[in-house]
Amino acid sequence: MSADAVIEARGLGLTFETNDGPVHALSEVNLTVGKGDFVSFIGPSGCGKTTLLRVIADLERPTAGSITVNGVTPEEARLARAYGYVFQSAALYPWRTIARNVALPLEIMGFSKAEQAERVARTMELVNLTGVEKRFPWQLSGGMQQRASIARALAFDADLLLMDEPFGALDEIVRDHLNGQLLELWARTNKTIAFVTHSIPEAVYLSTRIVVMSPRPGRVTDVIESSLPRERPLDIRETPEFLDIAHRVREGLRAGHSYED
Amino acid sequence: MTRLQRFLALMASLLAAIALALPVGTVGGVDASLRDVPVLILFAVFALVSLLRFCRSVDPWGDGLVMVIGAVGLLSALRTLEMAGAGYWCFVASDWLFAWLFVERLSALRPLHPAVRNAQSLIVPLIFGVWILILWELVTRGSNVPTVLLPPPSMIGERFMASLPILWVDFQQTFLKAVLIGYALGSGSALVVAIAIDRSPFLQRGLLPVGNLVSALPMIGVAPIMVMWFGFDWPSKAAVVVIMTFFPMLVNAIAGLGQSSVMERDLMRTYAAGYWQTLWKLRLPAAAPFIFNALKINSTLALIGAIVAEFFGTPIVGMGFRISTEVGRMNVDMVWAEIAVAALAGSAFFGIVALIERAVTFWHPSVRQ
Repeated sequence: MSADAVIEARGLGLTFETNDGPVHALSEVNLTVGKGDFVSFIGPSGCGKTTLLRVIADLERPTAGSITVNGVTPEEARLARAYGYVFQSAALYPWRTIARNVALPLEIMGFSKAEQAERVARTMELVNLTGVEKRFPWQLSGGMQQRASIARALAFDADLLLMDEPFGALDEIVRDHLNGQLLELWARTNKTIAFVTHSIPEAVYLSTRIVVMSPRPGRVTDVIESSLPRERPLDIRETPEFLDIAHRVREGLRAGHSYED
Repeated sequence: MTRLQRFLALMASLLAAIALALPVGTVGGVDASLRDVPVLILFAVFALVSLLRFCRSVDPWGDGLVMVIGAVGLLSALRTLEMAGAGYWCFVASDWLFAWLFVERLSALRPLHPAVRNAQSLIVPLIFGVWILILWELVTRGSNVPTVLLPPPSMIGERFMASLPILWVDFQQTFLKAVLIGYALGSGSALVVAIAIDRSPFLQRGLLPVGNLVSALPMIGVAPIMVMWFGFDWPSKAAVVVIMTFFPMLVNAIAGLGQSSVMERDLMRTYAAGYWQTLWKLRLPAAAPFIFNALKINSTLALIGAIVAEFFGTPIVGMGFRISTEVGRMNVDMVWAEIAVAALAGSAFFGIVALIERAVTFWHPSVRQ
């Protein structure tokens, strides 16, 4: 076990009991995420990538193996507010303004009014949303809503950010733009990010490490260390190095499927 | 002008012309002459002059003016006429067509200024309401409908103004005490019980069927029992209101508390938010549209419940008491005056709840602009 591991999973398994018999959502998952890593989980639907993220967040309980987050159980980590979670959709509360949505975790965690205002202003600036504080979620575009939800996850300054296909519902142009902003934010805040996606370019562009998963049972088939520099302009995606990594990810995804079809 | 408007204008003027030729009514047992009803002659003249619209444009408000003159003429003629004749009813039909035409043309206007637009959206229903009263008045008085069957609105209005002190104490007794207190207790306790049921599956199995049962109890059986339990005064009426308002709120609030999505609740879980924080910051706001639905349903149920409950034993005050005793004394105008109070109070109550709903659930897709 490495000393600075943020997430450490050993032989992790999760089986859902359904009416059609047991479903093995996760099986024998071994994983170490170090501090400051940007780890992407990629795989076809049903491969357990979202389930794995939910286990890390203590939204699901594993049925086998062990997992620690910041050296403690996921539940203890959740109660210690160790992570910020970004869902597939923004899930902003429509009766709150954008600023008050971002302040929601701060209210729950009992920050003072002055501290709340200061943190809301800071995180809104971090995601380039200054100026829409008084608007309501339904008055903003999907991309702005998702940025607000990222600001909300950042507001209380957890070192770990869990993101479940946060840009999956957005169009390609907005997604490229937000990917760039996310990298910038990661460089500035030095957070550890676990990122679920089903887009190969997105995974390669963002990550320092790519975890390739395959379904039935959900398991890790390959872990690819990225050789790209941390500084990544958008056109890095045209370089042979980038295409090479993308190729390896694609190979890994295909391997996971090969003895199924 | 549209085809409908041209047709209405033609028919209105034609009916006014025909009316001039028919007997307008009787005075002292003999046919009245048109000189007894001067304003109606004026109306007929204006109606015929308005035919000029087919050569040159006439402002919609011109039709409004003709309509008002007609209404004044018809109402004042009732003072001299003992029995209305065929000519009179032709005038009524003509004036009614003028009112229709006026409203048609008024709604077709597209004023740019928002204040004018607001006034327009108010004036059309207002004219409609006033015309119902006018026609009611003309028909009941013009054909001498017995007042026991249906008193004219003017008589109800007179009785209303003459009985203000009685109506006020009745209103206090029934509305300000039984209705409002019963409504607050019934809706409030149902909301609390809904939260308890939502929290505990045990209560869900136990309390929901009981709520269901209570709502199915017939009011005419419950009201006398409540009088036994809580006495003759308003508390027993408030108890009936509590029983009537409880179930709609219970069902709606339980449905509302289930409205927040799994993702929204997971979000609260990732913050390690407690039950009460989740309830207060997520589940109650998400339930607000349902809760207000119940509050609106209950605003009218409460009034009905309180009035009917007073039929089963009450001190000598209250709207339901007054209605039941005045019906027995054939004072139908007083019954109608109480009905008017109930209608006004009920509409105002509903309107206020709806306004608060708009302010609180401004974010809901059905409300937001």
